[in-house]
Amino acid sequence: MINAATTFTPVASLAGGALIGLAAVLLMALTGRIAGVSGIAVRLFPPYADGELAGRIAFVAGLVAAPVVVMVATGSLPALTIQGDAVILVVGGFLVGFGSVWGNGCTSGHGVCGLARLSLRSLVATMTFMAAAMATVFVARHLG
Amino acid sequence: MVVVLQFAIGLVFGVGLVISGMSDPAKVLNFLDLAAIGSGSWDPSLAFVMAGAVAVTFVGFASVLKWPRPLSAETFHLPIRRKLDLRIVSGPVIFGLGWGLAGFCPGPAFTALGFGSGAAAMFVAAMLAGMLLARWLANRPWLSAVATPTHQFEP
Repeated sequence: MINAATTFTPVASLAGGALIGLAAVLLMALTGRIAGVSGIAVRLFPPYADGELAGRIAFVAGLVAAPVVVMVATGSLPALTIQGDAVILVVGGFLVGFGSVWGNGCTSGHGVCGLARLSLRSLVATMTFMAAAMATVFVARHLG
Repeated sequence: MVVVLQFAIGLVFGVGLVISGMSDPAKVLNFLDLAAIGSGSWDPSLAFVMAGAVAVTFVGFASVLKWPRPLSAETFHLPIRRKLDLRIVSGPVIFGLGWGLAGFCPGPAFTALGFGSGAAAMFVAAMLAGMLLARWLANRPWLSAVATPTHQFEP
């Protein structure tokens, strides 16, 4: 597999990260809930434990609509370079889905909201998935 | 009205993912590739995404969580568990494996759908299947030795 080169974008990444943080704060202010995408996604499906399905659908619809809004506002979209064949995508997707719900959070719930709350569980989770992902990339790119 | 606001919040989150570059799996994988530091192709951008997001959330939560209640709900729903258990390590190991394979975590997988990517649609379908299996397994009584039921968690 040829790895696509990407450029270091500190300003855009810091600004985009700040927007992600703003969204997490706004969701907490409005609904009192953690902006954890895996937790929101799994709760799109029954059995439902509360009556907040419509809000979760709206949040995910906002995520999906975001590139369209960026396209309309700026006239262009940043790159989306998906590497890996269908097997990688399906296996990777399944592992991401299973692991994030089994571990009660993903990059947003543990990595952003949990770290911001100084949660020990989220710190352990974040260090663990960063290490596991880095090890996976090392094996796939340099030992494969 | 609250639902419209939640759409807007999802939109802000997604625009943040797109602007930051986190929506691009190539950028994510180039960040995770620490062995590339020596060759110059390492992309440290994602550390800046995390820093920006955690900093704003840290300051914002500190202020919002002092409120008596959220704007549209009776109470704040914060995670109640404090102790480390098997799931808080084994889940992230499995999650990290998948993240390192494809370069997508759940948020960017959804924004990639909005790029019109069929590959992202495959990833999201498999991801949702994995999520539902994990929730189902976590709620099996015979797994109670290793799995705390999901309903005991917030979120």
